[in-house]
Parts: sequence; C-alpha cells; structure tokens
Amino acid sequence: MSIDENTAAKVAKLARIKVESQDLKALVKEFNDILGFIGQLNEVDVEGIEPMTSVTPQQLIRRRDNITDGDKQTSVLKNAPLSREGFYAVPKVVE
Amino acid sequence: MANLNSLTISEARDKLKSKEISSLELTNSCLSAIDAANALGAFVHKTPELAIEQAKCADERLKRENAPDLCGIPLGIKDLFCTKGVESQAGSRILENFKPEYESTVSQNLIDNGTVMLGKLNMDEFAMGSSNETSVYGNAINPWKIDERELTPGGSSGGSAAAVAADLCLGATGTDTGGSIRQPAAFTGIVGIKPTYGRCSRWGVIAFASSLDQAGPMTKTVRDGAIMLGAMAGNDPKDSTSANIEVPNFEAMLTGDIKGKRIGIPEEYRLDGMPSEIEKLWSDGTEMLRQAGAKIVNISLPHTKYALPAYYVIAPAEASSNLARYDGVRYGRRAALSSGDGINEMYEKTRSEGFGSEVKRRVMIGTYVLSAGFYDAYYNRARRVRTLIKKDFDEVFADGVDAILTPTTPSAAFGLGEMSDADPVQMYLNDVFTVTVNLAGLPGVSVPAGVDKSGLPLGLQVIGRPWEEGEMLNIAYSLEQSAGFSSKPSKWW
Repeated sequence: MSIDENTAAKVAKLARIKVESQDLKALVKEFNDILGFIGQLNEVDVEGIEPMTSVTPQQLIRRRDNITDGDKQTSVLKNAPLSREGFYAVPKVVE
Repeated sequence: MANLNSLTISEARDKLKSKEISSLELTNSCLSAIDAANALGAFVHKTPELAIEQAKCADERLKRENAPDLCGIPLGIKDLFCTKGVESQAGSRILENFKPEYESTVSQNLIDNGTVMLGKLNMDEFAMGSSNETSVYGNAINPWKIDERELTPGGSSGGSAAAVAADLCLGATGTDTGGSIRQPAAFTGIVGIKPTYGRCSRWGVIAFASSLDQAGPMTKTVRDGAIMLGAMAGNDPKDSTSANIEVPNFEAMLTGDIKGKRIGIPEEYRLDGMPSEIEKLWSDGTEMLRQAGAKIVNISLPHTKYALPAYYVIAPAEASSNLARYDGVRYGRRAALSSGDGINEMYEKTRSEGFGSEVKRRVMIGTYVLSAGFYDAYYNRARRVRTLIKKDFDEVFADGVDAILTPTTPSAAFGLGEMSDADPVQMYLNDVFTVTVNLAGLPGVSVPAGVDKSGLPLGLQVIGRPWEEGEMLNIAYSLEQSAGFSSKPSKWW
C-alpha cells in the first residue's frame, strides 16, 4: 500500500504537526519506504489469532476510586508556558 | 587514590563498606572525569551540587547503619527519567526547561538505596533512534575510537553507554523499547539489562511505547547489573502494569554454575549477509557455554522475520498516542504565535518546531496506522503477529529451554553520520536481534564478548524466561567469565 501527498497532508493534520507543502514530497517517500517495510506483515497467516492486548498474563490492577492526592495547583502549573489566575492560558477558542 | 571512577559498583561497595574510601571521594572523582569529558556529549545536565550533598548523606548513612549495597554509588540517569527539580527533556526541544515536580519510581528507588545522581544523560529524542543522533543536545560519542572518525555509542541510551564505558559514572539507568539498552551496551563494551516487562515501574519514565518500554541498568559487569537491577525493580501501585512479584537477590544467584542448563540457538537469527565476525562471536559464545556444562539445543522461532515490521507499527502507534500530550499547554515549549493564530495553529506550530524529524515521522506513521480504514490492516494485524512472536518463545520455553543465546547487534558501532543518507528502515535494522524480546515481554541482557577485526567491542545477548532474570544473569555471568572481555577504550577525549 502506498500513499500520496493528499493522504500525507491529512495525516499531518490529524497528528497536529504543521508540514509545509514543499516538504510533503519527501515525507511521502519516507512514508512509503516505511509502509513498504511493514507491508511484509501481509505474508503472515493471522487467521484466528487474537491481537495481543497484554504481554504478561496478569490482569491490570484496579484500585478504589478515592481521592488520595490534591491541593497542588502551584506544582501543576509550575511548568506551564502560560498560566493566569490559576489556569492554563491558551489562545481564544470561542468567538 | 587515583581513578576511583574506574571502579566497578561491587568493588566500590566493598571499599565503601570497609571505609577504605568515602562516597565523597568517589563522587568527586566521577565529577572530575565528567568535566574532562565534554567531548563525549554524554552528560547533558550536570548536577554536581546535588551529587555532593547526596554523597555526604551516603557517607553518614554508611557510618550509621548496615547501608544498602548501592549506598554512596555515583550513577548517571538517562534524560527520559523524571527527576524532581532537575531538567528532564527526553532529548527533545519540546520539553525545553521542563523540571518535573516529582521523581520517577525507578530513580526514587535508587535514591532510597543511597545512590548519588551525577546528572542526566544524553539520548535519542523520546528514545527514538539507534545512534543518539536524534537528540536535541547533539550527538553522544562513543569512547571507542579506531581512526579519525567519531563513532556512535548506539541508541537510544547512547549517553548512558558512553558514560559507563568512559568511567564517568559507575553505572547508569537506561530504557529499552526495541533494543535501546542492549544495542548501546554492545557498541561500547558494557553490560545492559532489559528486564521482564513489568519488573521496573514505568511511572515517571517519559512514555514512548507503553507496552514495550522497560527501564534497566547499564553497568561495567554482570554483577553490577544484578546489584543495580535489584534496587531499581519492584512493585509500584502507580504503574498498573508493574508486577506484584518478589524481587530476588540477583547477585546471590551469580554462581557461575550453568551445568545442565539448556541454551537455545535460534536458526532464524542467522541472517543472510551477516558479517562473519558476528557469526564467529556467536559460535564462540555457544562453545563457551557448552564448555561450562550447558546443553546446546537448536531451536526455531519462525516469526522472527516479522518482529521488526510489527514493531514499526505498534511502537509508532503507541507513540502517536503518548506524544499527543505535548500540546504547548501544560509543560514544555510553546511556539511563538502570530496574531490571529488560534488553538490549532498553536498545537501545529508547537509540535512542528518542538519535535525533531524522526519523532515527527513516527508520530505520523502511528497516526496513519491507527486512522479509520487502516486500523485493522496495520495495527490489529501487527498485534496478531505480536501474539505469534510471543507464542514462538512460549513454545521453546515449554520444551525446556532455559535461555537463548544470540548476537546483540548485526554489526559493531558505525560512524556518526554514516547512516544519514540511508532510508529510515536501514537504521531500524540495528534492532533486528533485540526487538523480539520487547514484543514478547522477556528479559534480555547484552554481555561484551569480543572485538571485531578493527578492535571494536561486540556483544552477545542472553534472553531469559519471563521473571527469570536471575538465571539469565547467571548464564551471562558464566559467559562474561569465559569471554574474559576486559578491554577499555583508550582515552582521547
């Protein structure tokens, strides 16, 4: 399976990564090299085989849904590029 | 005393306990070695003040009590581990200036054991790479050198490998998603352990591919690896995939007695065009284990060939989800915006300038294989193949094989920049012998076992049964004793 520039542009959009239109051609080539490589998986007979969800047999551990931590607003915001009045600040999202 | 930094962990432990040396002397020796080794690009954030403070505390503790084995031992920590108040960038521009407000469980476990942190170590960006060339800090450089070329220390834990091989620290933490501990260990002539999935907590280790990532030690000897793994490992309620299984005393299991152990030699690892030196290293290693009393059995792992393609679907898929968190809102870098830019422009510009090209490539591949219409064809198919790869190992172990011996890498260290014109797949082939172990969740260890014709180190890999790191390390220990690899890079930096 190979992809074209439109698909590459769509994938970049989905991944929220800006790719300039002049860079799409090179991206398509790299994509197709990698997709060609992973295309080998089509040789394998996977009929009736379950997709792996956990590599170890153990069940994921559950815990009670209790509050065990909190009151860390300063810590939580410490690394924010921009915060204001105890909130993360972002460009306006509503008109 | 000169060159305390060249001690192994076990030697230093004994000298610390007998009060022959202090942690402060040992730590200062490492700090001087680090300052003289900027040319290696191994340490990217140095923490000398913290190290000296921790060394003094360790010396007090050593006086006061029967302290843990690692008390007072200076270590380097891979930049992927979140360390409280100390830069933790995963080698990425997008985490510029990020100083976590918390400590990863593995590094906390080490702190609790009294270790000294010398600083953070270079790595491929988000652990994606096999040469340490994708790091925002620039290259880490292999202390081994045979001509004017600078060689890669491997990746992604390239800084950890270079630092241990050059005696800048006594041991280092690494992480391994497809070979990122074992391949750099092989390239630099040191020991690297990737434990069973679930042995070490992933909490606070910046995530790449969560179903494959495991932390492990990188050390000068197998014994050191056993000591360090014991301290790093353990159940952690903060990681739901962390196993509630007792951590044995791995060092006590190093008897060197491997009589009657059944060692599998997988025919599928004999690649077409494999260099004869690798072939010879492997057969020499096999012979050493036979001489030590092990029983050698030929085995088949028929889906080996499909491990790398499956990995290059599963790992990018998980990475695309994990790296979605880097949005320029909560931590790390936000791009400068133009007037009128909205939230989508903020995301797209931030991620475009914050991620390097290999990371962007993998995030986009992951996005593609998870997108509507391709999820079944790529992602689910890869997960089915992963089931088959694990089944191959399960069957071999069920037949009574105790461990498997393979080469660690298909070549010795290559020159920095030599792969830059190749397509990305060529670089991915570095992990051909290691990636199966991550897909099957098994433990694996690389042991330095010889040199190639130019004098560069080569490693052999021992793959163990799940949770049998102790037995695996004992076999690695036997191999280490027989191979007698003791070469060190001569100092040029």
